[in-house]
Amino acid sequence: MSVLEIKNLHVNVETDQGTREILRGVDLTIREGEIHAIMGPNGSGKSTLAYTIAGHPKYTVVQGEILLDGEDVLEMSVDERARAGMFLAMQYPVEIPGVTVTNFLRTAKTAIDGEAPSIRTWLKDVRGAMTNLKMDSAFAERNVNEGFSGGEKKRNEILQLELLKPKFAVLDETDSGLDVDALKVVSEGVNRAHANTGLGILLITHYTRILRYIKPDFVHVFVAGKIAEQGGPELADRLEEEGYDRYHVAESATQ
Amino acid sequence: MQSTALPTPEQHGIRAHSDGPIVPVQTRSERFRSTDVADFAPITGREHEWKYSPVAAFADLTSGELDGSRLEVEATDAAGLSLSWIPRDDARIGRAGTPEERASANAWSSFGEALLVEVAGEEAKTITVTRSGLGTTPRAAHTVVEAAPNSRALVVLRGIGDARLSENVEVVVGEGANLTVVSLQEWTDDSVHLASHFARIGRDAKLKHIVVSLGGKVVRVNPSTHLAEQGADVEALGLYFSDAGQHLEQQVFVHHDAPHTRSRVTYKGALQGEGARSVWIGDVLIGNAATGTDSYEQNRNLVLTDGTRADSVPNLEIETGDIEGAGHASATGRFDDEQLFYLQARGIPEDEARRLVVRGFLAEVVQQIGDAELEERLIRALEAELQGS
Ligand SMILES: Nc1ncnc2c1ncn2[C@@H]1O[C@H](COP(=O)(O)OP(=O)(O)O)[C@@H](O)[C@H]1O
Ligand SMILES: [Mg+2]
Repeated sequence: MSVLEIKNLHVNVETDQGTREILRGVDLTIREGEIHAIMGPNGSGKSTLAYTIAGHPKYTVVQGEILLDGEDVLEMSVDERARAGMFLAMQYPVEIPGVTVTNFLRTAKTAIDGEAPSIRTWLKDVRGAMTNLKMDSAFAERNVNEGFSGGEKKRNEILQLELLKPKFAVLDETDSGLDVDALKVVSEGVNRAHANTGLGILLITHYTRILRYIKPDFVHVFVAGKIAEQGGPELADRLEEEGYDRYHVAESATQ
Repeated sequence: MQSTALPTPEQHGIRAHSDGPIVPVQTRSERFRSTDVADFAPITGREHEWKYSPVAAFADLTSGELDGSRLEVEATDAAGLSLSWIPRDDARIGRAGTPEERASANAWSSFGEALLVEVAGEEAKTITVTRSGLGTTPRAAHTVVEAAPNSRALVVLRGIGDARLSENVEVVVGEGANLTVVSLQEWTDDSVHLASHFARIGRDAKLKHIVVSLGGKVVRVNPSTHLAEQGADVEALGLYFSDAGQHLEQQVFVHHDAPHTRSRVTYKGALQGEGARSVWIGDVLIGNAATGTDSYEQNRNLVLTDGTRADSVPNLEIETGDIEGAGHASATGRFDDEQLFYLQARGIPEDEARRLVVRGFLAEVVQQIGDAELEERLIRALEAELQGS
């Protein structure tokens, strides 16, 4: 049974105005197969949490730890984390000029599995996953994220999620900027990965909309760099009605 | 020796810069030209065509005596392609252009015979002419590539081994022909290679001209293209990888001189290591006969380490108001860490991720060569360059 533990995580970022503390003691445990939603207002530090888990060099962990099945994740490089089974679907996926989706996927799959996938099954898997995500096969020959629409970029992230088969995935606002149809397609992809591989999910979102399609086991409200409240799916319903207003007092108090 | 002209802002698209006065620009068409080296003053290094170059490193080529005997060449065989040596007074020499600087004129004054590459026939074919074993003697060479009307071919001029070479390459593209010329520099670390390419493109003909500079201490390949007749088209591509201590330069000139001509200039380079240098100058002249011109030029440099320098200077002169489009872009940037992060976040180790990004950056040019074998080989050569430090 895999488990991802985040303990008392404090994270700083260097800005032009000096060092800024963004995460102020985050505690969170995600077990295999669990879906945790993290909801919070803009600027509360959700993406910072996502990037820190993935190991982005801009963020400095000043206190606390992240453990994957007891292994110290903070000691691992970005690529080692991915090979250990972590995945981040980015809020703003990066364009890689001159590198085709096909080449990228094969290179990533080879790196993660430690050996090249067998060509026939791999091509079939890629084609199948693209069809499921309603991606035109022409995407395979396009450069990664180059000229992709917002929705296409998000589908491309979920395509990677389905093909790379991580143990834990952090989805950073995968829903934002998607129309209803795209949201459904993307959510189905996440649910497939969840059902097929027992994926543990940290679903970061600003809106409750995606929770109609992806059912969380736990909901955490994230305010001013830490978890302000947690509960079950009913907490999301409450946020739907009340918004984040009632947390604002707490937020301004810490800033 | 040089005439200067002060163009009006409307004619030449020059706008006053807030931080300095307008610099008088010499019209490219009014530059001095001669095939005789004695007509050029000794080089000081301050001349506009030399000011970016380490002129002291190759004074032997610009002002010394050059060995103009035949170069050792080795060529692949293909139907419709023939290779011969022609005397310097042959009428097929001197049709595509005239030297504009001293190294080029010195080579022109010194070569004994010219290598003639003749292309005929409409079927696609490839010839690779390899120059090797040139040694360390300063040499002059002259090459004429002639594509008969409606012919089609890919001609690769490749340089390997040691060289101290100044040369001129004339490319004559006949009516309706479709020619690709690749100049591939893979010289040894101490080599110096100065080249001027002069292309004349006929009616509705197309030239794809590709400069690939990887090896050599100083490599300067300056292609000039004369779009001389209606419908002429040039795709000028360049690819370079400058390592520590290397100077790779290209001064690209496109002269639109007839109606409905088109040019696309795309040069991309990577720089890595202390003292790695690159120079790109892109001059585009749209003459008053060149109505309906469609032109775009760009240079992009990827800086991989500290201690490098990339000069990138686009110039556009427009003498007619009646054009379809003319634009330029130039950018020199550091490695994008976000791209690295994205690839690493998918499990790809850092060194492999760097290779992918650089390869991707340069691939835009490689993919346009149109010869799978050569593309493959260049990608491997680029990867070897990346491993180099
Ligand atoms: N790389 C960075 N440089 C400077 N400030 C940052 C950086 N990343 C995040 N921040 C700041 O940290 C705060 C939290 O940002 P973020 O984690 O993106 O929040 P969220 O994803 O919840 O909207 C914001 O005030 C943001 O401006
Ligand atoms: Mg965010």
